[in-house]
Amino acid sequence: MAGAAAGAALLNGSTARADDAAPPAENEWSQSIGAGVVDRPYGKPSDEQAGVIRRNVPWLTAGTESSISFSPLQSLHGIITPNGLFFERYHAGRPDVEADKHRLMIHGLVDRPLILTMKDIMRFPSTSRIHFIECPANGGMEWRGAQLNSLQFTHGMVSCAEWVGVKLSTLLEEVGLKKEAKWILVEGADGAHMARSLPLDKCLDDCLVVYAQNGEALRPEQGYPLRLIVPGWEGNVSVKWLRRIKVGDKPWYTREETSKYTDLMPDGKSRGFTWLIDAKSVITFPCPEVPLSGPGLYEIRGLAWTGNGRIKEVHVSTDGGANWQQAELKEPVLSKALTRFTFPWRWDGKPAFLESRAVDETGFVQPTLAALRKVRGTNSVYHNNSIQTWQVKPDGSVYDVQLG
Amino acid sequence: MSSLANVRPVMFAAALLAANAVPAIAAGAHKPFGYGTPATAEQIKGWDIDARGEDGKGLPPGKGDVNHGAEVFADQCAVCHGTFGEGEGRYPKLAGGNGTLTADRPEPTVGSYWPFAPTLWDYINRAMPFTSPRTLSADDVYALTAYVLNLNNIVPADFVADKDSLPKVKMPNHDSFSWQDPRPDTAMKPCMTKCVDPSTLKIVSTAEGQSLTPRTTGPLDDMQPK
Repeated sequence: MAGAAAGAALLNGSTARADDAAPPAENEWSQSIGAGVVDRPYGKPSDEQAGVIRRNVPWLTAGTESSISFSPLQSLHGIITPNGLFFERYHAGRPDVEADKHRLMIHGLVDRPLILTMKDIMRFPSTSRIHFIECPANGGMEWRGAQLNSLQFTHGMVSCAEWVGVKLSTLLEEVGLKKEAKWILVEGADGAHMARSLPLDKCLDDCLVVYAQNGEALRPEQGYPLRLIVPGWEGNVSVKWLRRIKVGDKPWYTREETSKYTDLMPDGKSRGFTWLIDAKSVITFPCPEVPLSGPGLYEIRGLAWTGNGRIKEVHVSTDGGANWQQAELKEPVLSKALTRFTFPWRWDGKPAFLESRAVDETGFVQPTLAALRKVRGTNSVYHNNSIQTWQVKPDGSVYDVQLG
Repeated sequence: MSSLANVRPVMFAAALLAANAVPAIAAGAHKPFGYGTPATAEQIKGWDIDARGEDGKGLPPGKGDVNHGAEVFADQCAVCHGTFGEGEGRYPKLAGGNGTLTADRPEPTVGSYWPFAPTLWDYINRAMPFTSPRTLSADDVYALTAYVLNLNNIVPADFVADKDSLPKVKMPNHDSFSWQDPRPDTAMKPCMTKCVDPSTLKIVSTAEGQSLTPRTTGPLDDMQPK
């Protein structure tokens, strides 16, 4: 568009030449009247941003209904993921739930079992929180080796939003817990009737039952009209389209917490109930999708997160982990939220290996892949929170590599 | 830890902190709020579909045998899972894989991996068939459970699945699970200088040149002409 306008201006002998960059550059859009209000009543990104979309890996799953899409981290600039770009995970496709017909039942070891409409739920005192959600399979395709030359596909199963809803503890207090209560089952209204067990401590600590995301009603992709948020824990437990909460005295050992979302170790043993998302970080610029354009000063940028609270420090290495320096954390630095970091770097045009390493407020240090493999082998699928290495070549191109 | 009595002090502390600035509704003066409708026993019965993996609590009356399960499976399940649970395409393999959990390419199936038999009933009942969940009778779900367990040689051909028999089935991989998260299981030190000798660093794996990465610009790969 800009190029075409500039070309036409040249042909016309006009003085309006965008490529001169002489201010003010009078382009076509500066010499005409634009569309009026409500031309796009909801609004949408610039047409030039049409490629900034969630993407999937078709060879990964049998179909798209039980699958995952990845957030385009390479094109995002803050800690908040736009609602249309928040990664998706379905187990039976995206249900189009009618809010008027949706109900939440809370029952089991409670004094007063209840059925709540959306209107009922929205009357309870509301809470706002900014939290990330990460699928524990994020990076799962990289355990055996570097496979995907893309930030979007190596790290895009994480997103972050402001959530508004009611504390789960408020709802559980409303129904009254019996003294034998120790676990809850949460269940979705999708075809999978997604079901997970959660220990009561976590439910009473910081879980939320939310109806809004980044200022608007939840998107259908994210559980409209109601979902659970379990801050800092693997995304699967933040059950979407939440329709039932049952209080019990033991876990349920559902399919999604036995057959799936368990970690197979090299000795054939498996770990279950590994809910926590450990500290993790990744450099989002440069990355395979956004290479460097010649030597000079750059701001390396990235994201860090931990289910253990706040990110305390991020370190950046440009030599494959031989030497590290402190990156700057960008406010806000929130608990169990994506945190931005930056690091100024003068690139001399020589080959480099860029890495970032997060340290959380408990002192836990993000491990290398070698350290994780030493303990967990290569078949555990989930919870790969290892340090990512980007190889920078002299032409500025960037590749996903693993060092040994 | 779990009783309401122990929840309250937290709520009261929050209320005290907020007392100066926050109206009574947020300070808990109106508890219980009284919103919503009491759930009746009949309503709960309709919603309460779960069966617990460990002890089968919640399994309903009814029963099903292996032979009937084979018929239902051929009709409802084989299109994705294969006639003998071998899995079509990338759909899950349900049988076999024994002894593969320490292999280079493990095959976790119901027989080689799942720790609890009632979980199979619960999962089929809540999520299968994939395109029409919650359409099978309890008897058919019992029959399918019996068939899949028999495919894995866990129960004999004359096995009848019901709420008493399923919790007693010992799954081969049951004892391989631990349910306590042992993490953190790495203890990296935040070394800052001369952490490794750069001359020893070499690329052991690269995504460059592999054709596994979908496009990351323009339309989705799926939207491209076939």
